Amino acid sequence: MTDIDAFRADTRAWLESNCPPSMRTPMPEGEVVWGGRNAVFKNPDSKLWLEMMASKGWTAPMWPTQFGGGGLSSEQNRVLQDELRRINARPAIMSFGIWMFGPVILEFGTEEQKQTYLPDMVHGRTWWCQGYSEPGAGSDLAGLQTKAVEDGDDYVVNGQKVWTSYANHADMMLCLVRTHPTAPKHEGISVLLFDMKTPGIETRPIKLISGSSPFCETFLSDVRVPKSQMLGPKNRGWDVAKRILQFERTNISASGFGSGAGLDLVDTAKEAIGLEDGKLANSDLRSRITKQRMYERAFHLTMRRGQDEAKAGGEVSHYASVLKIAAAKLNQDKTELMVEALGMEGLGWAGDNYRPEALKATRDWLRAKANSIEGGTSEVNLNIVAKRVLGLRDHQ
Amino acid sequence: MTFSLTEDQTLLKDAADGFFGDKAPVSAFRTLRDGGTHFDPAIWGEIGEMGFTGTLIGEDHGGTDMGLRAMCIVLEAQATTLGASPLLQTGLICAWAVKLLGDDSQKAYCLPKIAAGEVSCALAIDEGPHHRPDHIATTATRVDGGWSLTGSKAYVPDGMAADWLFVVAKMESGIGVFVVDRQAKGVTRIARGSVDSRDFADISFQDSVVQDYLLLGQAPCDGDKLTQVLDIARLGVCAEMMGLARAAFTMTLDYLKTRSQFGQLIGSFQALQHRMAAMMVEMELTRSCVVDAILRVDAGKPSPDAVSLAKARAGDTINLVTNEMIQMHGGIGMTDAHDSGFYIKRARVLEAMYGSSAFHRDRWAKLNGY
Repeated sequence: MTDIDAFRADTRAWLESNCPPSMRTPMPEGEVVWGGRNAVFKNPDSKLWLEMMASKGWTAPMWPTQFGGGGLSSEQNRVLQDELRRINARPAIMSFGIWMFGPVILEFGTEEQKQTYLPDMVHGRTWWCQGYSEPGAGSDLAGLQTKAVEDGDDYVVNGQKVWTSYANHADMMLCLVRTHPTAPKHEGISVLLFDMKTPGIETRPIKLISGSSPFCETFLSDVRVPKSQMLGPKNRGWDVAKRILQFERTNISASGFGSGAGLDLVDTAKEAIGLEDGKLANSDLRSRITKQRMYERAFHLTMRRGQDEAKAGGEVSHYASVLKIAAAKLNQDKTELMVEALGMEGLGWAGDNYRPEALKATRDWLRAKANSIEGGTSEVNLNIVAKRVLGLRDHQ
Repeated sequence: MTFSLTEDQTLLKDAADGFFGDKAPVSAFRTLRDGGTHFDPAIWGEIGEMGFTGTLIGEDHGGTDMGLRAMCIVLEAQATTLGASPLLQTGLICAWAVKLLGDDSQKAYCLPKIAAGEVSCALAIDEGPHHRPDHIATTATRVDGGWSLTGSKAYVPDGMAADWLFVVAKMESGIGVFVVDRQAKGVTRIARGSVDSRDFADISFQDSVVQDYLLLGQAPCDGDKLTQVLDIARLGVCAEMMGLARAAFTMTLDYLKTRSQFGQLIGSFQALQHRMAAMMVEMELTRSCVVDAILRVDAGKPSPDAVSLAKARAGDTINLVTNEMIQMHGGIGMTDAHDSGFYIKRARVLEAMYGSSAFHRDRWAKLNGY
């Protein structure tokens, strides 16, 4: 037996005895685990499952063990993910910390920062949010104006962030601030890490057209942050910020903007429209559904190809933007077609006379409109592909 | 199964890119087109000497046995420069038909000749302008010592040049694939001048008698087997489309980096940048589908859904890329002196061959139960 086969056998056996049966069922929306100081576990097994996975470091499988990670190679991690999929295991935790911030703390952080922040992420003890966009800095992120001014051993932060996902629940923020007011805009940005309980922070949820409020406005007034909590060198924060955006895009693509188990598009269309001679009775809709499903399949194959090529040492930096663009299109097309297939039932807002799945389809369709905006608009990502991958230049 | 190339495949890719770049550049295709010929027998001979014709064929029959992915790498390289040869028909489709349907003696006779590049072959299946493999009217009826073929095939690729025609005919039970010599009695060929300046023929059979041993497998085959041969043909066409798309895209990108208007390189205009980037997304997604289907079939798994996904997406992608090639080149792209026209003409033919994108979306939907 090779090492990797042995690892697979051990992993399978461990999961068999440690993954609670209820964690091998589709995740109902209310049972998603975000962790944090005030973690809510609607299903007690979720807590157990998180603890078991964290004890192995498998919530962050490839991080070094000294910071609580699993210390796995990419090959071992692939096996772990295979085995998790095999038993339909739910994700033990959803964590921006693990997906986006931990990797940059590993890359840019001090030893002390790694020890302070990473193990808590692994164990789901802190919920992190991302202080990026501002009212005047959306696609032009580097135009951000939130200021951090030195004062003794601290920075004093003033400004406003917007579209901060779950800021109202988060324990920690990774925040982009301007530390040099007159330098060119990319050269005066720094990254601060601070506790959301620090005095001077106020959050307000933003209600979206879909009715949900995953995002907040965050107001920062004289927030004091110790200098030791700056990530990376002062005024070099844009490099950190870009790395995080890459992780963010990759992560968004990996989730495919999946909004949890819902209706199946083909089944829904078959039920709503019917078959004639084994074909969906509306040939125009059938063709458009097929194009969408082919696109979705192509997207997933491209994710896999990117992983293979990364493993083989190929050039893969362009995949993040390519996949982000594709993920947005696929989810928007899918949710549009779902609403179309459902007819008026896909346009319900509330009430017992709608199936809950149909109401979810309506909300998912509206929520998906943000997919080509959040995490870098599709236009910004097209710019990145054109400039960085294809080498097309700006006006001279 | 991995999307990355093996070391051997990487070497083969370099060799094939180098070979077609040197020996069969687009200018060579232009010369052929201007001279009214379809391919250069000398280059076809060299393709055989390079061993490309035997890529799928076992070493015991004189091939290199490198597999389907390898053959598709060669076909892709050939298509980037519009290299015109009967390699797709001979080395891929008909070689595969012999391997899949033939008996030992047929393999022993046919495969070494194909591997050595001594013969060129053509699959004669379609009978009208659309690919309809389930509508075969050509019949094979029993006669003393063999079979008599009657019917007509249309738009047979490489059909004028082919030494051996692989004719698909209806039999009393099932379908037969007959290897018919170009000299056989009762065979009439008429050239079809097609937009891509390649070799197409309408071929009719009037009581053409073929010997028993020229029926592959010496027995009718079931529809699934024929489908497997067609799926291989589709993947070969997909590989060509990927090469064509890559070349057309690269030429367009180069043009955007050299052509100036309004005192700016036109590649600095965002309207064009976004369209180039969007094309790149499409090409990346499509390449994943094509490679996935090749890998599945190469691993011995018939995968009609993966093949139809690849063919439908590749057709749509090459359609987009060649249209944009002309638009972004502007007036020069409309001139015969420029190569854009060659790419769009060949693209549309490849899109139609062995089922259009619409054909394959329909097939894919059926395979998925709707």
